[in-house]
Amino acid sequence: MELTGAKILLECLGREGVDTVFGFPGGAVIDIYDQIPNYPMQHVLVRHEQGAVHAADGYARASGKVGVCLVTSGPGATNTVTGIATAYMDSIPLVIFTGQVPTSLIGNDAFQEADIVGITRPCTKHNYLVKDVRDLAMVVKQAFYLARTGRPGPVLVDLPKDVVQAKTEFEYPDSIKMRSYNPNYQPNHKQLQKVGELLSFSRRPVIYAGGGVISSEASEELTGLARHLNIPVTTTLMGLGAFPGDDPLWLGMLGMHGTYAANMAIGNCDLLLSVGARFDDRVTGKISSFASKAKIVHIDIDPTSIQKNVVVDVPIVSDCRLALKGLRSVLGRETTDWQAKHADWRREVDGWMASHPLTYEKCDGPIKPQAVVEMLYEITKGEAIISTEVGQNQMWAAQFFKYTKPRTLLTSGGLGTMGYGFPAAIGAQFAFPDRLVIDIAGDGSIQMNIQEMATAVSYELPVKIVILNNGYLGMVRQWQDLFYDKNYCSTCLHRNPDFVALALAYGAEGYRITRQEDLEPVLRKALASKSPAIIDVQVAQEENVYPMVPAGAALTDMLLV
Amino acid sequence: MRHILSILVENEPGVLSRVAGLFSGRGFNIESLNVGPTLEKGVSRMTICTRGDDLIVEQIIKQVRKLVTVIKVVDLTHMQSVDREMVLIKVNAEESHRAEILRIADIFRCKVVDVSAQDLTLEITGDQGKIRPIISLLQRFGVKEFARTGPMAMKRSMQLEED
Repeated sequence: MELTGAKILLECLGREGVDTVFGFPGGAVIDIYDQIPNYPMQHVLVRHEQGAVHAADGYARASGKVGVCLVTSGPGATNTVTGIATAYMDSIPLVIFTGQVPTSLIGNDAFQEADIVGITRPCTKHNYLVKDVRDLAMVVKQAFYLARTGRPGPVLVDLPKDVVQAKTEFEYPDSIKMRSYNPNYQPNHKQLQKVGELLSFSRRPVIYAGGGVISSEASEELTGLARHLNIPVTTTLMGLGAFPGDDPLWLGMLGMHGTYAANMAIGNCDLLLSVGARFDDRVTGKISSFASKAKIVHIDIDPTSIQKNVVVDVPIVSDCRLALKGLRSVLGRETTDWQAKHADWRREVDGWMASHPLTYEKCDGPIKPQAVVEMLYEITKGEAIISTEVGQNQMWAAQFFKYTKPRTLLTSGGLGTMGYGFPAAIGAQFAFPDRLVIDIAGDGSIQMNIQEMATAVSYELPVKIVILNNGYLGMVRQWQDLFYDKNYCSTCLHRNPDFVALALAYGAEGYRITRQEDLEPVLRKALASKSPAIIDVQVAQEENVYPMVPAGAALTDMLLV
Repeated sequence: MRHILSILVENEPGVLSRVAGLFSGRGFNIESLNVGPTLEKGVSRMTICTRGDDLIVEQIIKQVRKLVTVIKVVDLTHMQSVDREMVLIKVNAEESHRAEILRIADIFRCKVVDVSAQDLTLEITGDQGKIRPIISLLQRFGVKEFARTGPMAMKRSMQLEED
């Protein structure tokens, strides 16, 4: 039987196991929307297309599935760009469907026309303009395949209105042949043996893990290997949760706002085992002094990540999980007593942990933002999905909440997108309706996608927003404080809205906390509520995030509390 | 160092912009680029000249390889290869210089493809070692118009060991 493009698209989504689509309708996609009620998947109406992509992204990060969104042409499509770039930088599998003007009008500056395939070329893993309805099923199949395999990423499919309306016989392809795309999953055995040799010579090894461990579901292997070898572990922001944050081998995050112990361990190690991380500049600091005494092993599924920023001694292009498994079996034949071998190094590292733990000045004055995050950890016992906005709130959420499981921290690591956290939390809540999802926000960031409160309210999602409200664009103010003679140009938000009233206006709950003694009871009450809520916590205004490695400095040159 | 990359791509709309956009977006320089279809339906070959140290070129190659529409990338720099470029050059050719220009054209085995009372248009084909000297020889007569393809290249079948 012949089906329209709209029906074919929805059939394909069903075959790909898509149950939730985040989107916003418009003229170019109205035919698809016309058919949605006839299909079992749920469509979530957001209030801004950026919110749709971030929600699909949060859904993908929390669940490990491919996030899907559907928007219209022109402004609908261009509004997705920030969300797509966010997902691209963090390697999150998404498929974005954008409407397009009819093929006969493409290039005519038609109403609501934008060359979205051209616009998103640099920030998608791949993108398509479907010109013929007969190609549609294959393109959708390829899009999902590309999004979830190899190094995951966003794939955009542009759908002209006439293609969606045209009819053809529907047949979903069983398999895909793409001669130009063949990601390599299996590690090279010889390279693994080299790692084994390096390990037998090294005295001061460190594991440095990134988001790749989470996307390849390799946390168990990573944890097992680290414990077997008695090697301390640090992760990037994206890697938080890949290794249990309460394990004795855990050093904390490394990099610009990493812990003293993690950064010192990197500066002094003689072997760096990098797994699924890409040596981002926020992680390495001054590149020439990054792990400068170490041999470097780099495991990554994407060959472009290897040798991009640092010269590597043993490159291993493969899936992280398979590489860690392979390494474990290579080491299986060793008789070394790893616990004893690394005992001295562990003592040294533990010394750094003890001498400079993550901390902040505790006093009776205004509430410290770090204390709010610690309290959230205490109340939830770590059993929550945390999303963050970007800036100081993000760094405190990274430092003072212990992530013990993968996929429990959703944060825009690579692009640093303010406005990410709240819609991402909404997406995560759709993936896990029964779990507690909290967006740790700043008063600046939250205003970048606050309109999604209407989405949360209309779907009765119990998402919580905890605003660490310091009245500033805090991270920029921190830089101005430390490096620009306290010239607080344009970072003071002196006419913030009344966030409690705002929450109420949307039909959500609003709480304000100004005194330390209210912190715990009000947080407990708000988190227990079944309705979406803003908890506006008035925190110490000029608190800074420490430790801090100034941009361009070596990791071991930290400003401490 | 100058590198010549030979790239096989799926011949579909936007593929040139994907490759060229990758270069500009990542701050790599394209010295020259030419594209043409191959005998295989749906496949084109691009030849790109670029410059950079080994690490940069390694990164360029990997990034290009990563594009979904790219089938194969070969760096011909460290191989024995043949490369050819075509140049069309319209030079001033007053009566007094005409004979000399034709003599140069003859020595370099170029073709005269157009003539007028004031100028001569030559077609030059060859590698960089040939094209550079002839351009510099012709420049002193005054060049009115100039077009070049950038090199295209192919690996030699026999890769003989060099001493």
